[in-house]
Amino acid sequence: MERNTKLHGLVALFDTPDQIIHAAEKVSHSGYKDFDIHTPYPVHGMDDAMKLKPSKLGYVTLVFGLSGAAFALLLMWWTMVVDYPMNIGGKPFFSLPAFIPVTFELTVLFATLATVIGMITFFFRFPDNKHPLHDTPYMQQVSRDKYGVFIGASDPKFNAKEVRALFESLGGKQISEIMEFEKTWQDAFNPKFIGILVTTVILVSGGTYFTLNKLLYITPFNWMEHQFRGVPQEKSDFFADSRMMREPVAGSVARGHMPYEFKDSVAQPADPLENPLVNSAEVFRLGQKKYLTFCSPCHGNYGDGDSRLNQQFPNPPSLHTAKLREWKDGNIYHVITNGQNVMPSYSHQMTVKERWAVVSYIRALQKAKNASETEIEQFRKENTSNGN
Amino acid sequence: MATKEMSYVKKELPGKILNIGIALLAIGLIVGAFGLLLDPTRAKFSYLLGFFYLLTIGMGSLFLISLEYVVNADWSTPIRRIPEFFAATVPLFIVVAIPLFFFIHDLYHWSHTDAVSSDALLKLKEPYLNITFFVIRVVATFVIWALYYFFIVRNSRKQDETRDQKLTKRNIVASAIFIPVFAITITFSAIDWMMSLEPHWFSTIYGVYVFSGTMLAGLAATTLAVVLLKDNGYLHPKMTNDHLSSLGGLLFGFVNFWAYIAFSQFLLIWYANLPEETFWFIDRWEGMWGAITLTLIVVHFLVPYALLLPAPAKKDPKRLKFAAVWILVAHLLDLYWLIMPQYHGEKSGLHYILTEFGFPIAAIGVLIIVFYFNFKKHNAVPVGDPKLDRGLNFRL
Repeated sequence: MERNTKLHGLVALFDTPDQIIHAAEKVSHSGYKDFDIHTPYPVHGMDDAMKLKPSKLGYVTLVFGLSGAAFALLLMWWTMVVDYPMNIGGKPFFSLPAFIPVTFELTVLFATLATVIGMITFFFRFPDNKHPLHDTPYMQQVSRDKYGVFIGASDPKFNAKEVRALFESLGGKQISEIMEFEKTWQDAFNPKFIGILVTTVILVSGGTYFTLNKLLYITPFNWMEHQFRGVPQEKSDFFADSRMMREPVAGSVARGHMPYEFKDSVAQPADPLENPLVNSAEVFRLGQKKYLTFCSPCHGNYGDGDSRLNQQFPNPPSLHTAKLREWKDGNIYHVITNGQNVMPSYSHQMTVKERWAVVSYIRALQKAKNASETEIEQFRKENTSNGN
Repeated sequence: MATKEMSYVKKELPGKILNIGIALLAIGLIVGAFGLLLDPTRAKFSYLLGFFYLLTIGMGSLFLISLEYVVNADWSTPIRRIPEFFAATVPLFIVVAIPLFFFIHDLYHWSHTDAVSSDALLKLKEPYLNITFFVIRVVATFVIWALYYFFIVRNSRKQDETRDQKLTKRNIVASAIFIPVFAITITFSAIDWMMSLEPHWFSTIYGVYVFSGTMLAGLAATTLAVVLLKDNGYLHPKMTNDHLSSLGGLLFGFVNFWAYIAFSQFLLIWYANLPEETFWFIDRWEGMWGAITLTLIVVHFLVPYALLLPAPAKKDPKRLKFAAVWILVAHLLDLYWLIMPQYHGEKSGLHYILTEFGFPIAAIGVLIIVFYFNFKKHNAVPVGDPKLDRGLNFRL
């Protein structure tokens, strides 16, 4: 960076912490406001010597700490009480004791982040990363083993000669002038700076990734990744025919499978199965659902054989014919399971239980469609007496 | 910085202080005796309260001394004599505890052999909780504490004349041994004297909880004495408010530590919700005890926290004086909260509550009298300590 001829301030170096404390006392006592002390490490008693007021940064910490506490409580109240209340160990939804650790953590998180960000923005004037004292022999010395004092030219009391005399009377060495920079702050957006930054980020993250994931990669527990288990379509080194997929052992039965003994008979069995289900609202509801899904497209919603597919296919028979009403449950089950004429088997669409439930539902439909007057009368009577 | 050498001149405390101490002791004992007539059992609990108030302030001070030696602190050297004077109460514990030996059957349920024989839990705990072993533990603890006190203080006083640096080294070794011993003995004392008031209950953090109060009490007493003495010119004139800031910082830290430990104890018991643990807190939540528990949170944590939070407040003698007195009162409330529900149980009511504070007041009187005589006899600043100069030059 180029420097111009405008004076930024004067600096002097001292050899011991006692000298710099004394110098700080004298400089602040002389009435200078724009001055600073630079030391290689924190020197005890410096705040008093410089007559520094307590930092205002504490207020940032306090305000954001309290915000963090309020945010934590609101967050937990909203998630745990309003939006998704869950019973945890029978405690109330709003359990303050359980919320305190999280509140504490968020208080600390908000307070510390705000302190660091506040310090960088308000006190270090981010993104201004240039200060006239940078890149000077003075800064090199005070970063190593010397103690420096600086008085700024912007101070109303500033007079180069007087300041020089003050430094000399205090025993300051290497008294020198610091000039302003040509331009103040644009380095943060300098293409070269950004280029270096991006390159660094890519190199560091890429290098880290490569080192950890490729170079030094170890698999502490890889038995989940590589299991002793056959994958479908995989080539097998173990079996003679090189196939990983095997036929089940002869005679094995799939879990939950119930064989149907009349599977191969097209004709109705002489002694059909009995319906294992007991009539109940649940059975009828299941039967209705399955009937409306699989049967009604042909047989119609009430089993009359009058669906919208009428005239497009050979008409399906009504379920209310005398023949069907005299059939046993097992006969209807046989038709559903094996199919009949154009009707295919529905054993793949419905489980055994669902098929029996459909049979029960068809029985209910038949009853409803073909009830006699006396039966209806009796039903009414029972229902009204029940209702009362 | 090398200005004129200001040296320490020994001064005697005004006799008024002794009179105040004697008056407090007399008033406390009279009120306490009155309580013994009105409601003997209650007064015996309040005697334990007063005894523990004395014990925690004395032991907190003794711990502060050992801490200074172990961490080799400079800043506290000019004020080390103040906790030494408070710790002079440590050898008295064994005398003050004698009445408690006669109160043992009124205070401790486990001391009744017939109660123990019909109680499976107490039977299991009997090898620990029996009168013989209790007395052995108590006497051993008090003797160890007194021995350490005499060792440290004798070396510290000898140094005033001989200026022998080896004495500091010896005290450092003694303190390094004492700190783990202190951790164990203060835990045993807390369990023996206070937790065993409710022998069915247990909490593993109880010892740490009592330690946090002990440390805070010793620190608050020391801070109060230092601020008062410094204001009236009894300490080394080169002492600054930076020394006070360190005391304020420690006070603030231990206020937080107490809250942390107290909350840790509560949170786990509340969360686990096991009846054999929760009943202790239920005893402290029902009736008037709920109000006292909430008051304890405000008085022992929120108020001192707010008082000591700003950085300038830790340096301000007035603020520190107030905070120290406040914490001493809060500590008494803390002990009251630990001990007295065991007497009150189902009963709730604050009738003749004043008699309960007779013995704690007497304890304050004892502290003041002991402090007065020690101050009269010994230098209030360890003039022979090699760290004194560095300690006086301590700056923030």
